[in-house]
Amino acid sequence: MTLIALNNLTKKYPGVIANDDITFEVGKGEIHALLGENGAGKSTLVKMIYGLVQPDYGMMRLEGKGFTPSEPRTARLAGIAMVFQHFSLFEALTVAENIALGMENPPSSSILSDRITKVSYKYGLSLDPKRLVGDLSVGERQRVEIIRCLLQDPKLLIMDEPTSVLTPQEVDALFLTLRRLRDEGTSILYISHKLEEIKVLCERATILRRGKVIGTCIPKNETAKSMAEMMVGSKLKSPKKSKANFGAPILEVNNLSLKSSDPFGTALKNISFNLRAGEVMGVAGVAGNGQDELMLALSGEVLSGLNSIKLENKQIGQSNPIQRRLLGLLTAPEERLGHAAAPEMSLAENTLLSGFQRQKLGRRGFLNKPGAIAFAEKIVQQFDVRTPSVRNGAKSLSGGNLQKFVIGREILQNPKVFIVNQPTWGVDAAAAAFIRQALLELAEGGAGVLVISQDLDELMEISDSFMVLSEGQISTPRPAKGITIEAIGLMMGGTKVA
Amino acid sequence: MDISIVSLIATLIVAATPILLAATGELIVEKSGVLNLGVEGMMIMGAICGFIAAVSTGSPLLGFCIAALSGALLSLLFAILTQYLLANQVASGLALTLFGLGLAALLGHSYSGIKPPSTPKIEWFGLSDIPVIGPIIFNHDLMVYFSLFLVFVVWIFLRFTRVGLILRAVGENHDAAHALGYKVIRIRVLAIMFGGACAGLGGAYLSLIRVPQWTEGMTAGAGWIALAIVVFASWKPWRLILGAYLFGGVTILQLNLQANGFDIPVSYLSMAPYLVTIVVLVIMSADRTRASINAPASLGKIFHASS
Repeated sequence: MTLIALNNLTKKYPGVIANDDITFEVGKGEIHALLGENGAGKSTLVKMIYGLVQPDYGMMRLEGKGFTPSEPRTARLAGIAMVFQHFSLFEALTVAENIALGMENPPSSSILSDRITKVSYKYGLSLDPKRLVGDLSVGERQRVEIIRCLLQDPKLLIMDEPTSVLTPQEVDALFLTLRRLRDEGTSILYISHKLEEIKVLCERATILRRGKVIGTCIPKNETAKSMAEMMVGSKLKSPKKSKANFGAPILEVNNLSLKSSDPFGTALKNISFNLRAGEVMGVAGVAGNGQDELMLALSGEVLSGLNSIKLENKQIGQSNPIQRRLLGLLTAPEERLGHAAAPEMSLAENTLLSGFQRQKLGRRGFLNKPGAIAFAEKIVQQFDVRTPSVRNGAKSLSGGNLQKFVIGREILQNPKVFIVNQPTWGVDAAAAAFIRQALLELAEGGAGVLVISQDLDELMEISDSFMVLSEGQISTPRPAKGITIEAIGLMMGGTKVA
Repeated sequence: MDISIVSLIATLIVAATPILLAATGELIVEKSGVLNLGVEGMMIMGAICGFIAAVSTGSPLLGFCIAALSGALLSLLFAILTQYLLANQVASGLALTLFGLGLAALLGHSYSGIKPPSTPKIEWFGLSDIPVIGPIIFNHDLMVYFSLFLVFVVWIFLRFTRVGLILRAVGENHDAAHALGYKVIRIRVLAIMFGGACAGLGGAYLSLIRVPQWTEGMTAGAGWIALAIVVFASWKPWRLILGAYLFGGVTILQLNLQANGFDIPVSYLSMAPYLVTIVVLVIMSADRTRASINAPASLGKIFHASS
């Protein structure tokens, strides 16, 4: 039986066709996957179902009746619920308040709290209604979103990249909940680019590429690689790792402890590790366990004890980012727009932000514009950044292209130590493979590379050794060879999953 | 020293009321995520429009109504600029202050030196004759009680009502509120207009009761103090009263000290309330984590529904 049918949905934005003649259907009690690279049009499509965006053309039928939601409210009343990729939660409000905001006619707060407790117990999603969302872990925040949806008895639950922030154990718990919902007759439209998960969870998959439906498949009968190639439309190469050959410790961190300046942040507690030349070290952990704080401390944006960080035996705990850069420690933060690159400035101007000193892009207080342009063009060429010109603003680039630019900008400055946070977050498969390959080649050339990431598959693929950051503490590094995802999950604090 | 504590407290309440009114309005505006720096301009517009209305009709009550209306109208200008035309809030707010000051001076040109109709005090059936408590609590005009009542209403609104929750949500994360289907811009425009009306009332209180007459630039920074008090109160309604009365207290104290010929140069005394405000603000902001927990996270950010 069909729950919702989409017929010829089309949505155009200036310059792009986000959705082009999309037709597919989701059955009752079915977990249906929606696959596609970034920019393939998945978000626009679900926004149309949820009433946030109206289609230019085409129609939807919900249980056989015409369905044209003009705003999320109408969609919610018709039984559509959505868990967003970037959580639509309010940190300074409590769990109960957040849930009330997502409901049409919330009951009084005491009744609501009771219902939250009941539903969370029924689906094994433990949650205290009175806590501030800002104090919750990412996994718990997702539970808030899910419970908000479940309280409305949805017919269709849309989930946009729900597992990208969860530990493996949390993912298992989530899947149990989803299967249970399916057995009760709820349909689930599941967006993800984690293909192994889709194989386990989903009955059918629809694949989008550049706004068009490319095909449908039964994930069980496919391999992750074949689905990925359908998404990308070409053959994929996986990065090749050569034999590890480590040198002397190049970056030493000793008992680094720091308070966070963010009220909802995590303090770093006694972090110690050594990074050797030629080594790719992976730092795993669920977001909000001190990744941002560690990144800020290592890059020099936040200073620490003089002794706590050493680069080639020089104490740099009190050095600012420029001094560290001159010594050879380069970084690429997680937030591409606004942290790694200035959105309104051109690519050429953006090279000045981190390349000014090492690339000698200025003299006596004056900028060397031709030098900056030449350097930017070198990055664009060597890292396959697709842009009409280096004079284009950074914000005009897609996520993957900008990330290649940001990483390329640092790698081409020949770092001795390169620290990168979430190198392939929200980047399409082809660009991600390219970036991982570049990181491996950098390490092969003798640099130490520290990769902070929440993507375990990525870390397993590229790292030589492996640490877990959990609640501001770091585990002892282990060789990545022979480690299993389950073991990492337990190191990530997975034992606490209810 | 010849300063009576009782009369000091009674007068400090009068001095604090205009600031309290304006700050209550601004609290709602900021809770919705908008920073309107035009409080001073809206106050002085309220002061002159309320004054004109009261003088020409002879009814102070009507004066206050017109004052609230004029403040709301002026703030609507700010709302259109910042919410629909996406202008920078800081620049628009400053412009609003300058515009309000200029326009008020123009309107009030022929009104200086006139006495407005006096506003009667509330009759509490002789309770005002009780020593100490009487003059402090039971010897005021309607607006004093109204300002306290307003704080109470705002507290109930923010804490216990659904609309209040939505308003806080919009100020906390406008993108998420939009994704849930709330009308971010409409809520903010209404909040801005409420803020304007409150500032207008505060201004009219100055020209109709506190002073009471019209002089150019008579708000003399009261709007800025109201803005500071919102931060001082860390966006909590009840603390507004504390902040406003503290400022009012220092103002009255320095006036009394001046009158008693205290041996400190007058200019130091006159700057005292402002200095105290600065010092308190610095102390309040010292603990950055605590201050930022209460501050609306989207404060001053421009919202544009991009999808």
